[in-house]
Amino acid sequence: MTTQPDTATSGAEAPEGKPSGFAATDVLVNEYDGGPDTVERAEHTSDELQPHTELGLKDDEYDRIRQILGRRPTASELAMYSIMWSEHCSYKSSKVHLRQFGEKTPQNTRMLAGIGENAGVVQISDDLAVTFKVESHNHPSFVEPYQGAATGVGGIVRDILAMGARPIAVMDPLRFGAADHPDTARVLPGVVAGVGGYGNCLGLPNIGGEVVFDPTYQGNPLVNALSIGVLPVERLQHKEAAGVGNVVVLLGARTGRDGIGGVSVLASATFDEEAEQRRPSVQVGDPFMEKLLIESCLELYDAGLVAGIQDLGGAGLTCALSETAAAAGTGMRVWLERVPLREASMSPTEILASESQERMLLIVTPENLDRVLEVAKKWGVWATAIGEVTGPAQGGAPGRLVISWNDHVVVDVPPGSLADDGPVYARPIREPADLILLQADKAETLPRPSTGDELRETVLRMAASPNLADKTWVTEQYDRYVLGNTILAQPEDSGVLRIDEETGLGVALAVDGNGRFARLDPYEGARLALAEAYRNVAVTGAEPVAVTDCLNFGSPEDPAVMWQFAEAVRGLADGCQQLGTPVTGGNVSFYNQTGAAAIHPTPVVGVLGVFDDVARRVPMGFTAPTGDGDLLYLLGDTDVELSGSEWAWVTHGHLGGRPPKVDLAKEQRLGALMARASQSGLVSAAHDLSDGGLSQALVESALRRNVGARVSLPQDGTSAFVYLFSESAGRALVAVPRGHDKAFVALAAEFGVTCNPIGVTQHEPVLEVRDEFSIPLDEVREAWSATLPKLFGGAAELANRQGDPEHAADPTAPAGQDRGDEVLEAAAAGPAMETAAPIEADGIPAASVAEVKDPVPADEGRSVTLELTEHHDDQD
Amino acid sequence: MRIGVVTFPGSLDDGDAARAVRIAGADAVRLWHGDSDLQGVDAVVLPGGFSYGDYLRTGAIARFAPAMESIADAARGGMPVLGICNGFQILCEAHLLPGALTRNQHLHFRNRDQYLRVETANTSWTSRFLVGQEVLIPVKNGEGCFVADQRTLDELEAEGRVVARYIRGNPNGSQRDIAAITNEAGNVVGIMPHPEHAVEALTGPSLDGLGFFTSVLRALAGASAGGQQAGGQS
Repeated sequence: MTTQPDTATSGAEAPEGKPSGFAATDVLVNEYDGGPDTVERAEHTSDELQPHTELGLKDDEYDRIRQILGRRPTASELAMYSIMWSEHCSYKSSKVHLRQFGEKTPQNTRMLAGIGENAGVVQISDDLAVTFKVESHNHPSFVEPYQGAATGVGGIVRDILAMGARPIAVMDPLRFGAADHPDTARVLPGVVAGVGGYGNCLGLPNIGGEVVFDPTYQGNPLVNALSIGVLPVERLQHKEAAGVGNVVVLLGARTGRDGIGGVSVLASATFDEEAEQRRPSVQVGDPFMEKLLIESCLELYDAGLVAGIQDLGGAGLTCALSETAAAAGTGMRVWLERVPLREASMSPTEILASESQERMLLIVTPENLDRVLEVAKKWGVWATAIGEVTGPAQGGAPGRLVISWNDHVVVDVPPGSLADDGPVYARPIREPADLILLQADKAETLPRPSTGDELRETVLRMAASPNLADKTWVTEQYDRYVLGNTILAQPEDSGVLRIDEETGLGVALAVDGNGRFARLDPYEGARLALAEAYRNVAVTGAEPVAVTDCLNFGSPEDPAVMWQFAEAVRGLADGCQQLGTPVTGGNVSFYNQTGAAAIHPTPVVGVLGVFDDVARRVPMGFTAPTGDGDLLYLLGDTDVELSGSEWAWVTHGHLGGRPPKVDLAKEQRLGALMARASQSGLVSAAHDLSDGGLSQALVESALRRNVGARVSLPQDGTSAFVYLFSESAGRALVAVPRGHDKAFVALAAEFGVTCNPIGVTQHEPVLEVRDEFSIPLDEVREAWSATLPKLFGGAAELANRQGDPEHAADPTAPAGQDRGDEVLEAAAAGPAMETAAPIEADGIPAASVAEVKDPVPADEGRSVTLELTEHHDDQD
Repeated sequence: MRIGVVTFPGSLDDGDAARAVRIAGADAVRLWHGDSDLQGVDAVVLPGGFSYGDYLRTGAIARFAPAMESIADAARGGMPVLGICNGFQILCEAHLLPGALTRNQHLHFRNRDQYLRVETANTSWTSRFLVGQEVLIPVKNGEGCFVADQRTLDELEAEGRVVARYIRGNPNGSQRDIAAITNEAGNVVGIMPHPEHAVEALTGPSLDGLGFFTSVLRALAGASAGGQQAGGQS
């Protein structure tokens, strides 16, 4: 094994700042013959060449490290700086923009912890708080869909756990390439199975999320994961490694070679044909271990045995050790040979860089150590004292992080230099050159359906389009019942959870994003995502109180992408300021880019709402009428806003113009109206209007409980088409039981919300729009529910029940009744597409799902270098 | 009445089972897998989840837990035992019930509200149902496909030991649509769907699951000489 990589060669091949592909471990394992690269050795070999470029560090960054240390870094130190100063950990490109969340966000008395902590904490009653956060695991999920998605769930759950909370639910906003692209058939089933496999095994209900298809995500699927937890206020935990002499304990799984360099190496190396070699850089999850970790941490918290805690995520021990020490201003002494390993041959650098999952770092007082180890033993998890907290240096300077391995000191650095003093860049920004033309190409001028028959056909075609179609194929793979407190879950507008069984205190959570809107105008797009999530929470009757965000963008080195990012952050910060809902934390994911083509800027926004009593939550489905049916009202104003809409995309493959206007004051009034109506029990159902407009809202509310509706659109000059398919913001569809209508209409007037009567629900399972069309719900349901099974397997009924001679001739199950998912997927070894493709769903014209135009050839850029980087840590 | 709910490492629905027991009107006693002392409970629920991660074979490790040895003895002595989902899998592994639960035929985890038909009221856990009654209860499993050899299946049918069947669609490919079975004595029942998730209007698709828990209270009251001792402990 050589000491040095061949820098001459790699320097020649690698363009400036863009290292070529290499095996991660080649660089990290290399140490000098006979032992690790020690501090002592570094002092004597100052001129030794080091592979900092290969580790993603720029020359000036490397010089800065030498300046901080007064010598060259050791191999371990170099790896640590490369990890902590990566975009992932340092937020070096986004920091200057993210500051706005702190500057503009209104101070809120509910906030107990905010940006900079593992997750934001919001107080919901005198003694209870919740903590929630969304983050991305995009890149690993593209490389290895199942494990990438699974460990995404595991990572966000540990963030929640680190705050002292019991995790109580997860949600998953997912974005894939075109629904009918072969690679989507590889990625989606794996991602869904991974989210389900990990979350189900942890015993966390999955209460919502998104499944969005768009060719823009073809090589860059977005796998975002949100988790929420609950804690008694006094159990709030901190990451500070306070208390000189306290013991540093590593709890949970043993450390292995999985995920080594996932942050800096895999995340910043250019992908090429050798990308297969990166597979070890994706972590492998063990949800059972995480379940034990959760239970043992909670027992430790309750016994008051934890002085400080930090989860081990993207940057492993490196991040946890340096952040806990830096946060407290203390030093730390760590003996790496004590870390329990899966492979005894691991080098100190590998141990520090490993991203093995299901680990936590605890700071405990020496007198509590035995009790901590006892609790760990009870739950069957490893717990090992690996170090101790040390005091400040002489003269009051911050302490140092000193790490040894078998008596060799391999690291001796100021922890703050790793955690806090990373580089910060104000990268150049420039409006995308094509934006003016894009915005000029409005969807409002596209040919529209005009006759009743054309409208009818459009309603069906829209309902069957992949983005609007039934997502049961996905959500049935998630446990939504476990823990017994799920009041509403997908496909409802928000997930609603009961927190306190005695009082009914609870929360609502929604997460939304719209990359097309953000592409047309990132400032407005971010505010539209915020408005939609806010509205989704508000229509259930909850009071929206706080925000988390996951900002998915292309390369920050592209000024156009950086402009989109800056605009989106500004829009979100402005929006949160106006709504009075602080951003409590989140995550930035850059480099979602294939060749020169970045994804649509995709800010995903999660909004948390609070219920004093979840019994008053308003569901989205029409309830079976007992008498004459409930009265339907359309709340909010409908304008001719079709640009960026689902209609423009599905029927014309069109993206252009300007997105719908956002009026956050109107959103607030709508929310206040819905909260009051819910408190007074005036509404039986409410559904937010967003993708697909009123047409889709009617379809979804009717299908939920198979209750029909007779709709009579306002005769005010606006066409039926615009009423049905415009995506104007600030609107909702509500059902009001007779007898409450006068009170509701008066309330709407009081809050200044436009309220148009548009019809009634009816027992007969038919959706009628007067003077236009009438569709039996069975026909809509068939169109709506067949799409995903047809694409991803399960379209055939279990009619033949192959492999089960017991039922070879069972004629009982009628076709379609079980949404056609009882298929035997030919041992499911191959992609589901293969079995599903030839199967024709009954009565559905194939064109209804297949005609989504693909303006960006999906393969464009795939022959070019595939550049992907992933960042998934806290915002600073 | 005191009904024990066992927690194995990886049990997930233990809190929900305990809640269902309380709502039915009994005291829920939490039992730990590593403790063979059953604390004098009158009946036991083995809850759903992934005991020990279920990485080997579902329920294969849990059956060896100290608590399980005591429960197996008590079950053979007539104590009512209900195994839900993972609990059903454990009961099969422990040979308290015949057959096995294998990977769903479609190979996906599946969570849905499922209609069942109750096939017998002659068990400790279903006496409050009518034979032929249709109930709506959530099902959620990845390995819920009940299989047994033909003779065992025929025996189960002939002896009236099929407790419930899936109707309006079989969610996992179980043979003869079997959702729940019982032992010869009728005191041990294994059910794949989750009655503990259908006990509150606010959180469940129905209240149909409550019948399993109230049934056992009646069975126990009948067993304890007219219920003289019922409710005497807490």
